[in-house]
Amino acid sequence: MSLESEAKKHVIELLEKGVRLDGRKLLEYRKPLKVNYGVSVNAEGSASVQIGETLVFAGVKLAIEQPYPDTPDEGLLMVGAELLPLANPRFEMGPPGIEAIELARIVDRGIRESGFIDLKKLCIEPGEKAWAVLIDICPINDAGNLFDASALAAFAALKNAVFPAVVDGKVDYGTKTNKKLPLVDVNPMSVTVFKIGDHFILDPTTEEQELYDARLTVGSMSDGRLCALQKGGDVPLSADDVQKMVKIGIQYGKELRKLVIK
Amino acid sequence: MKKSFKRPDGRAYDEIRPIKAEVGVVSRADGSARFQIGKTVAYAAVYGPRSLYPKFLQNPKHGLLRCYYNMLPFSSKGERIRPGPSRRAMEISLVTEKALTPAIDLTKYPNAVVDVFIELPQTDAGTRCAGITAAAMALADAGIVMYDLVSAVAVGYVNGNLIADLIYDEEAYPGEVADIPVAYMPRRDKFSLLQMDGKVSSEQLQKALELAKKVCLQICDIQRKALKRRYEKYKLMENMEG
Repeated sequence: MSLESEAKKHVIELLEKGVRLDGRKLLEYRKPLKVNYGVSVNAEGSASVQIGETLVFAGVKLAIEQPYPDTPDEGLLMVGAELLPLANPRFEMGPPGIEAIELARIVDRGIRESGFIDLKKLCIEPGEKAWAVLIDICPINDAGNLFDASALAAFAALKNAVFPAVVDGKVDYGTKTNKKLPLVDVNPMSVTVFKIGDHFILDPTTEEQELYDARLTVGSMSDGRLCALQKGGDVPLSADDVQKMVKIGIQYGKELRKLVIK
Repeated sequence: MKKSFKRPDGRAYDEIRPIKAEVGVVSRADGSARFQIGKTVAYAAVYGPRSLYPKFLQNPKHGLLRCYYNMLPFSSKGERIRPGPSRRAMEISLVTEKALTPAIDLTKYPNAVVDVFIELPQTDAGTRCAGITAAAMALADAGIVMYDLVSAVAVGYVNGNLIADLIYDEEAYPGEVADIPVAYMPRRDKFSLLQMDGKVSSEQLQKALELAKKVCLQICDIQRKALKRRYEKYKLMENMEG
């Protein structure tokens, strides 16, 4: 038996007793679990999320751009994620790899598909000018569970964002208004449920992330409906698994939402 | 010609902005630090010494120091910065490497590399200096063998007045401005970074370097205190065992 599967066997034995390597229960987030604001005074909105040792920054910049031809009366949304080599010895320099792209797209999907940002209200002049909401996710320390930390940080940064002033059709970044983004009360939240053996866990550490079988990122809204899903990992899921994971995702999404909306 | 100049944030000419320094902020790294001066915030993480690949880059006589400087997309006044290395970032990475290398005994790390990653989430000028200062603390935190710390600050002239630690509004002042970022090794009494944008006389440069030394010693004191704070708890444990 390989060393890796020895480690996995050990983890599963513990999970059967209801504990994790670090002593947590299966569906327990690490502490501190915190959202802070004001990562950058130069961003239109910014937030940091701390889950245990994991630390992720998210910033929102606003710009005036031309709408896409197929949605001439809507603003634009862009989510980028960079796995900075500062945050993890495994991350390398260079253009975003597949991990960074998946992370950005998962966060993007939750925000976009829930209709959290009223993109129509971001239109300034149909076909010509609209606000672009540019979200960047930057992990500073990756000690596991970048998915949940990133989505939460992006959500909090959007809640925190205000428009800059506009002078003669140009953005005056030095002057902030007190006008908030046109956000809809759906409040998408993202919880990734990991499956190891027959067990479901939340908020994995780096070690746990190396040996999971499957994961499901559950995007849910305030009304308890789903707005985005993403399955990952090499092992397939049964309909029963999905049902259980979705339930956990929705339930803990409510808890995470409380960190921003009090 | 010397015209009167009042600093936008009300500081005295030789006064640096408030500083916060903390060591050990990135648990995944071998060493790390956060350094804040005014609104400029730098994180530095050190990985290594670790194996250097591709292998032909390895040198059996000494290791290699690699530095990467990067501003986060939402960090600066103005538009979003597109991710990825710009010409400016690449040059700053280079001078950062040159500023730190003389402080390190790389002969201790044959065939290896020490990587330093500097990220700035929020900026208001002085970013390369904040990055170098944070990186020096992170290298010490990583236990890299060092001859000296490195402390860095920008000094300069606005309308002929010598000032320390310029902010963005001073760099962009609509008068005559010279900006001189400097890194200083306090124990060796040597400069390891020296750049300048602007016009000054050689006498003015001499005076500027004197001010840079004075201010860097203040910064070095803060770096040392932050490093000591980090390791105080180990000292306590040692005492208990003894």
